[in-house]
Amino acid sequence: MNRFTREQMAARVARDMPSGAYVNLGIGLPTLVANHLPADREIILHTENGLLGMGPAPEAGAEDPDLINAGKQPVTALPGASFFHHADSFAMMRGGHLDFCVLGAFQVSVGGDLANWHTGAPGAIPAVGGAMDLAIGAKRVYVMMEHLTKQGESKIVARCTYPLTGLGCVNRIFTDLAVLDVTPGGLQVLERAPGLSLAELQRLTGVPLTEASAAAAV
Amino acid sequence: MINKVVASAAAAVADIPSGATVMIGGFGTAGMPSELIDALIAHGATGLTIVNNNAGNGDTGLAALLKARQVKKIVCSFPRQTDSWVFDALYKSGEIELELVPQGNLAERIRAAGAGIGAFYTPTAYGTPLAEGKETRRIDDRDYVLEYPIRADFALIKALRGDRWGNLVYRKTARNFGPIMATAARCTIAQVREVVNLGDLDPEHIVTPGIFVHRVVEVPAAARLMTPPGAAA
Repeated sequence: MNRFTREQMAARVARDMPSGAYVNLGIGLPTLVANHLPADREIILHTENGLLGMGPAPEAGAEDPDLINAGKQPVTALPGASFFHHADSFAMMRGGHLDFCVLGAFQVSVGGDLANWHTGAPGAIPAVGGAMDLAIGAKRVYVMMEHLTKQGESKIVARCTYPLTGLGCVNRIFTDLAVLDVTPGGLQVLERAPGLSLAELQRLTGVPLTEASAAAAV
Repeated sequence: MINKVVASAAAAVADIPSGATVMIGGFGTAGMPSELIDALIAHGATGLTIVNNNAGNGDTGLAALLKARQVKKIVCSFPRQTDSWVFDALYKSGEIELELVPQGNLAERIRAAGAGIGAFYTPTAYGTPLAEGKETRRIDDRDYVLEYPIRADFALIKALRGDRWGNLVYRKTARNFGPIMATAARCTIAQVREVVNLGDLDPEHIVTPGIFVHRVVEVPAAARLMTPPGAAA
């Protein structure tokens, strides 16, 4: 089966970001999006530990332990960057000031419910970080994930079985098989992986999908 | 003459009693007041409740405090990390209590304590397991959860420079929880890389006004600052 690669997924997400957007990229797959932001657009990255205007990783030897991202990796600050404390940083997130956040997920429901912080497995140590704040706070919440689990089950579900991060918060889902919008009328397919039919995507996903007539396989 | 400068980290933490609630600044190791924590370990207070974003990295700093069995409960947002083995072992053996708080709620509950706010409604965590049992309210067609302030007996924070009035400036993303924790504790202790003369900090640039700070300890740039980046990922 043809799939979008991780880099293609990241490039596709990046294409949605307009010039002037304030964007928070979650840990994991979403961090790849930074490598694909079009150079001709001015897009400002927020990292919740307290930096707006985050730049790329520094060169080897130039790392500063006081200049890190939410994943605790060394980063740089671009000209125009600002530092701030946690209450201000989360006011940006919770107060609806960020235009986009991109999050990984275990599951997304047809209604846009998000589960991405805890498997709920017995004995697992829970950790939530800023996921719940981003889910309710960003103007548009994008999810980037593999379409299927390793066992081949759809991560897009009628109802999330994992503990929830937020209710009805996801706007758009980018997977290795498709790009889908969460709409009041259900999930709408915007794009499919090359050669993947709507019928096959429907069979793999297991929840009702519709496709606008103009949409076509890439 | 007001002089909040204390001679040593040991002297600064000497009156922290067992059973105290102690906020510790830092996001991972950025902004973690390691020398104050080392002094708290040497001081030996036990049964502490610690408020921090994480639950320690590696075997130093907060992780060492946990390892010394001085902490009965930790309030944090992200305990599980690749190098949180000290916390992981204590948690799995039931030797430490965890209150898991969404990071924005952690920050806002600390801010609320410092600002004299009795409680606040936030949409974060509504409908999730972390809001179970909490009061909710629908305001203007949106659902909110009632959250209460987090206050502390002591806050241990790290800043770049301070003066004898307790005014502080920070360095880059090491600022994180310092300014809000400073407001939320009965006694805030700041370790700074450099104590400067009164008036040397530009009033336009002071991040934490001295009213929120009770003790300042100078800890010059140490080998600790040179910890390899990424080690705390």
